[in-house]
Amino acid sequence: MSTSPPPGPPPVEMREIFRTMTLIRRFEERAAEEYMAGRIGGFLHLAIGEEAAIVGTVSALRPDDPLTSTYREHGQALARGTDPRAIMAELLGRETGICRGRGGSMHLMDVQHAFYGGYGIVGGAVPLALGLAWAARYRETDQVSVTMFGEGAANQGVISECFNMAGLWDLPIVFLILNNQYGMGTRVERAAAMDDFYPRAVAYDIESWKVDGMDVLAVRAALSEAARLAREEQRPACVELLAYRYRGHSMSDPDTVRAAEEKERWKARDPLITFERVLLGEGIIDSAGVAAMHAEVDRVVDDATAFAQESPEVAIADLADDVYAEPWNDAPRGSALVRP
Amino acid sequence: MTTRAMDITYREAINQALREEMLRDESMFLMGEDIGHFEGAFKVTKGLLEEFGEKRVVDTPITEAGFTGLCIGAAMAGLRPVVEIMTVNFALVAIDQIVSNASKIHYMFGGQVDVPMVIRMPGGAGHQLSAQHSHSLDAMFAHVPGLKVCVPSTPEDAKGLLKTAIRDDDPVIVLESEGLYGKKGPVGGEDHLIPLGQAVVRRPGRDCTIVATSRMVWVALAAAEQLAAQGVEAEVIDPRTYRPLDLDTLAGSVRRTSRAVVVDEGWPECGIAAGLAAHLYESCFD
Repeated sequence: MSTSPPPGPPPVEMREIFRTMTLIRRFEERAAEEYMAGRIGGFLHLAIGEEAAIVGTVSALRPDDPLTSTYREHGQALARGTDPRAIMAELLGRETGICRGRGGSMHLMDVQHAFYGGYGIVGGAVPLALGLAWAARYRETDQVSVTMFGEGAANQGVISECFNMAGLWDLPIVFLILNNQYGMGTRVERAAAMDDFYPRAVAYDIESWKVDGMDVLAVRAALSEAARLAREEQRPACVELLAYRYRGHSMSDPDTVRAAEEKERWKARDPLITFERVLLGEGIIDSAGVAAMHAEVDRVVDDATAFAQESPEVAIADLADDVYAEPWNDAPRGSALVRP
Repeated sequence: MTTRAMDITYREAINQALREEMLRDESMFLMGEDIGHFEGAFKVTKGLLEEFGEKRVVDTPITEAGFTGLCIGAAMAGLRPVVEIMTVNFALVAIDQIVSNASKIHYMFGGQVDVPMVIRMPGGAGHQLSAQHSHSLDAMFAHVPGLKVCVPSTPEDAKGLLKTAIRDDDPVIVLESEGLYGKKGPVGGEDHLIPLGQAVVRRPGRDCTIVATSRMVWVALAAAEQLAAQGVEAEVIDPRTYRPLDLDTLAGSVRRTSRAVVVDEGWPECGIAAGLAAHLYESCFD
């Protein structure tokens, strides 16, 4: 299905979209440096190259629409308005992190901004998103639940279960399949019976289509229509975005599987560069404006990084906090392990 | 045990708890396979669809991982789902949702959201159902930090623990026993809540302690009768919940009797009995 050309958002919003995409790029480049310097432990999955998919999606939603994601989710939190300081501190495992340092890179959540989390089990968060849609229906709030997952996750059985229940019960949910063409190092043709993923949702009576995930305005238009269907017509929707990540699966992946020329081909369509060209061409921003914006974003990232580095680590004695809703000395033996 | 006129079955006790809590809290709903029109594979949800309607008593497709996860998400949004998984055996299909989502979400997101939900499921062997329909997976659930786990052995506990579980802000697994659904006994009223983490002495004795759970409580009581005839007074203790565990009551008894037998229905290797026995060794013997 094709969508009609979108009415472009007003200039102030176009500039904000561009700034958020740039912030995500710069923030993740800095996170990579922090990882290489040994200040970030665990995994670090970068979405560099996927900024149009992230910002196009978030910019089409209402601020109270619950959003869920995979573990490649720093950008979703930034786009939702989470304080960059709290995100960088979380990546460094600090008490000042958005999840008090317990979640780390893969498990950001910011309920104040209706970001219901990044999850480490591939496909595992999609039923939660269905539950957030269920709650919206139950309470008649007219929120739309939006869940982002990859084409790799789309092969998990539980996602088919969710398509079925969404179609069966007409839940207000948008399934967003971010097809970056690789599940870790496995190219899509080696993992999926069909190249396209959006028809899978069609099989469950869900309106579904595919758009260019490198074009932020195309993504935004598609998500606006999908969210409208869910909100106004109480019908689930599915959008497949074709995109590319420039880095390996995570920082521990040297990315030797993908051909250099393939990477160059996609980088030539870099969403930041192409969108900047659009903004300059339409006179929405000038080159001085671009430079000023870059400088401002750099200051934000510098400040977030300094804040994170100076924040206290999680105290060993507090590591088992929050296992339960009320503080409770759970297992007599288990607790001894973390109480020096 | 003699049966009195006002006694009801374990099955009816659970039904009462569900009904009373649904009347009390509109954010509570039930979800599961064949719990509505069919009224439950074990008829636990009898009459509830008729009383509360399809919004709150929801028949699902056969899709345990999907609807369990859906209810976790609904709980994150502040609703109070009570999931029925038709039997423990099918919970394995949903185990990723239970172990990696329900139990971890409060912790790994720094306490930003609670997961106030209950997952009920009956299990246990002895019904000539062979290998795939006879699991007792208590140890598997009790193993997981972030979950609370109830294991009622009487109608009173089935009602009182479930009501507490529904009002609790953490995910609570309630392990019912297929073999006890017809068991009759007295139950508490609308306001009778049984706290999680409080064991009960089912029969006092001075010579040895038998710690038994779920249906094994009744087996232990029968054994204690036989022992009494031989002059041995066994104390039978029912922990009622594995998490939180009332170790004080268990260990207090064993310190007096110096002898303990632990009985559960699961496999012995790394099981409930093994775990409880290890606790007792650590806290009762030098």
